[in-house]
Amino acid sequence: MPKRGTAPIHGDMLQGTLDVLILKTLALGPAHGHTIAYAIERQSDDVLAVEHGSLYPALHRLEDRKWIASFWGTSENNRKARYYRLTPAGKKQLTEQTNRWDEIVRAVNRILRPA
Amino acid sequence: MSIKRFFHRSRWDDERARELEAHLAIETDDNIARGMTPEDARLAAQRKLGNRTLVREDIYQMNTISFLDSAWRDLRYGARLLRLNPSFAIVAILSLALGVGANTAIFQLLDAVRLRTLPVKDPQQLVEVRIGQTTGGRTGSFMSRRPMMTNPLWEQVRDHQQTFSSAFAYANVGFNLTNGGEARYAMGVWASGDFFSTLGVPVLLGRTLTAADDRRGCQSPPAVISYGFWQREYGGSPSAIGRSVMLDGHAYDIVGVTPASFFGVEVGRTFDVVVPLCAEALSRGARSGLEKPDVWFLAVFGRLKPGATLEQATSQLASVSPPIFKTTLPPRYGAEDAKNYLTFKLAAFPAGTGVSSLRRDYESPLWLLLATTGLVLLIACANLANLMLARATAREREVAVRLAIGASRGRIVRQMLAESLLMAAIGAACGAALAQWLSRFLVEFLNTDNNRIFVALSLDWRIFAFTAALAAVTCLIFGLLPAIRATGTSPGVAMKAGSRGSTDTRERFGVRRVLVVAQVALSLVLVVGALLFVRSLRNLMTLDPGFNQDGIVIASLDMRRTGIPPEQLPPVFESITARLAALPGVESAANAFIVPVSGSGWNNSIVINGKKPKNAVVNFNSVSAGYFKTMGTPILMGPDFDARRDTTTSEKVVIVTESFVKKYLDGQDPIGQGFQIEEPPGVPRPLFQIVGVAKDTKYTDLRESFGPIGFFPASQADEKDMSPFLQVVVRSSAPLATITSEVSSAVTEINGSIILQFDTMRNQVRESLLRERLMATLSGFFGALAGLIATIGLYGVMSYMVARRRNEIGIRMALGADRRDVVRMVMREAGLLLGAGLVVGGVMAVMAARAASTLLFGLQPGDPSTLVMSAAALGAVAMLASYLPALRASRLEPTEALREE
Repeated sequence: MPKRGTAPIHGDMLQGTLDVLILKTLALGPAHGHTIAYAIERQSDDVLAVEHGSLYPALHRLEDRKWIASFWGTSENNRKARYYRLTPAGKKQLTEQTNRWDEIVRAVNRILRPA
Repeated sequence: MSIKRFFHRSRWDDERARELEAHLAIETDDNIARGMTPEDARLAAQRKLGNRTLVREDIYQMNTISFLDSAWRDLRYGARLLRLNPSFAIVAILSLALGVGANTAIFQLLDAVRLRTLPVKDPQQLVEVRIGQTTGGRTGSFMSRRPMMTNPLWEQVRDHQQTFSSAFAYANVGFNLTNGGEARYAMGVWASGDFFSTLGVPVLLGRTLTAADDRRGCQSPPAVISYGFWQREYGGSPSAIGRSVMLDGHAYDIVGVTPASFFGVEVGRTFDVVVPLCAEALSRGARSGLEKPDVWFLAVFGRLKPGATLEQATSQLASVSPPIFKTTLPPRYGAEDAKNYLTFKLAAFPAGTGVSSLRRDYESPLWLLLATTGLVLLIACANLANLMLARATAREREVAVRLAIGASRGRIVRQMLAESLLMAAIGAACGAALAQWLSRFLVEFLNTDNNRIFVALSLDWRIFAFTAALAAVTCLIFGLLPAIRATGTSPGVAMKAGSRGSTDTRERFGVRRVLVVAQVALSLVLVVGALLFVRSLRNLMTLDPGFNQDGIVIASLDMRRTGIPPEQLPPVFESITARLAALPGVESAANAFIVPVSGSGWNNSIVINGKKPKNAVVNFNSVSAGYFKTMGTPILMGPDFDARRDTTTSEKVVIVTESFVKKYLDGQDPIGQGFQIEEPPGVPRPLFQIVGVAKDTKYTDLRESFGPIGFFPASQADEKDMSPFLQVVVRSSAPLATITSEVSSAVTEINGSIILQFDTMRNQVRESLLRERLMATLSGFFGALAGLIATIGLYGVMSYMVARRRNEIGIRMALGADRRDVVRMVMREAGLLLGAGLVVGGVMAVMAARAASTLLFGLQPGDPSTLVMSAAALGAVAMLASYLPALRASRLEPTEALREE
């Protein structure tokens, strides 16, 4: 079971990244799981393929930490679907994790492309 | 994860399932929009989502506390298994309930008698004050259950102690509630003024006694009654306050009722009524001990000042001891007694758990019984472990399959333990309930007419902790081993072994043999113990006590209410005895100052020809003519007493016992010899002429060896010292009820104010052997139980062995072994196990019996005949039990046994 709070990115890179990507996607507005998965794929120009199976445990985890909240709604093609939206705590998390990501990218770049 | 989610985890799971379903639906719609057929669209969506169950499980894991969840499932699984096999469950739970119940019951008594503190305020501050280590004993009269101090001594302690915030003295007394006829007693306490305030016991109703109530010479003192007495005598009515109660013929105003939880400071007793110490003079009149420095009847307690320690109290008491003992030196003491008395030092002893003669008498028997019941439980556990092992073997393939498909060993052990835990818990719960009944039965066993005991059997944390610990330990013992062993074999071996009937591995079977050997050994220890106790009791019951206990009724008469002055009592006593002896159906009757084995006694040092012999203390009795005939104690030499010949003015005479002659007279002709009783200087020392010799007889109890006794004629007793109590022994073959009613009416006719009480000699003897009877009964029961369980264990293992070796036996028979060979083979196996168990058990029994040596009579702890008898009995029963499986094995049809292959 993952620990509460910010998981260190280097420890579980993919999972941590998926979390922040979900948060970013939800920052644009509420969405259901299916939309989130495709949104991430589209936004990354299909570089990041989201494994649908791991999306839902991630959503559950984020909701558990109260960074996102959920409600039942109706999808574009009139299907019942569970929607997620960002909470204020989630918004703060998003900023923090984005900054953290930048730091890491800069650090990794310093090593990979020394000036 | 949260606790809330934990309880709603299945609803959450539904939610997720619906969400995933929605996801699939949307994806399918999209796929159809892209031009796929509905079927393909659905399949593609499913492929993309992956394993839905796995996703749900991932999320479920996040929501649950996996340990609790699996524990709960294991328990439910265990319960299902038990329901599937009810006979096993019932046997297991029943044997555990018996074991746990017996243990808890004994522990509950120990807790009440030994461990628990008094139900008063800050009991750890209470100390008892008494004389510490002494070189010589105290002399004088001793007249209560705890005769530690005299009243003059207590008054000195009260006035000179500095380490107690307050202190009190008390003595127990039996108050007669009736005005004549057959006596009815209330258990009374004479308590000094600060009794209640020192103990810090509040009052339920009215008020308690205060120092103002306890004034020397009080004429109409108040009384405080116990809750029980209030309920019993006054129906719990508040109007009891202000009523008066007659105690020993004096009226006391009831001023208060104590709470139900308060039973006094003596554990094992309770009280009915507390009156001020000054009232002692009312009941005892001229015999009052309040002014007498050699009448020991009080126990003294103090409450330490905050911060004061026991050591400080003892050293302060020691420092004031010399002046205290100097001031209170009894003037009647001779030089030796006086010298001894002046060296006494007072000391403080912890009293937070109260004082108790019950504790003194029964603490070690109770520990011993606890050990016994512990062993019984252990044997029962070993038996269960064996049963569980058999079950585990039956489930070997199931376990192997589960291990093979990836279950962890710990997980399977945990699951098997859950079943054991369930049985242990149910067994312990039934046992705890059984214990409530058993402990009350035990208290009832110890309760007799002459010795009313009271044990506050409440449930406290100690008992719960004890029972819970028992359940946990038993569960581990009988559950863990089989579970670990069942999961120990590698799956491949287990599955291969199960498919084709091979013989069992020697190692696996070894554990079960060891368990049976242990059971046999432990039960031999218990059977030996039981037999030792039973034989001790038998020795005591069949020994010749020097009197014939059958057909003797003891009538105790209290003359205090008649108002007859002491000097006029002897002729009244004589006429009563004569009247009773003449009743129809009465063979003879005589009065006796001391009734044998009643626990009371009277002794003194003797002087022969002006010299004090070695070990000069002799027991005495004062009896009337006909006593020896009534008791059935033969007079070996000389005549019986004769009231007309032996008068107060004639020469003082005495009849002594054989032991007296042997000990002091070197076998000389005793008739005509004489001795004096040691008296302080200035007191006359009359010479007692030996006129007869009686056969040896027991004096205070049956366990003692015969000692020297001197019998004086009642007709020569000092009239001034006459006690207002008379005991008449009556020999008759008529039924008890007839005799008592005849005696009753005869006595009432003589004087209606005489108070009467009856007992029989047989009952007196029985009661004096109460502890022995308790040990014999209980250890006998547990010994039999242990033997039974061990026998069942042996039977089980032998049957199991025969079942596992069916085809081997079949082959042997096919090759020409006859039925006798098979029986011999099985019996040899059983005999080996039994023999090993008996040898180990014999060694253990000899060691264990030493702990009980003080409770035995007429036997050594390592008594060889007892050992042999126990081993033979246990062996015979066990061999009989293994004969059945042997017989079954020999009746095996070889063709059938082999066909099953």
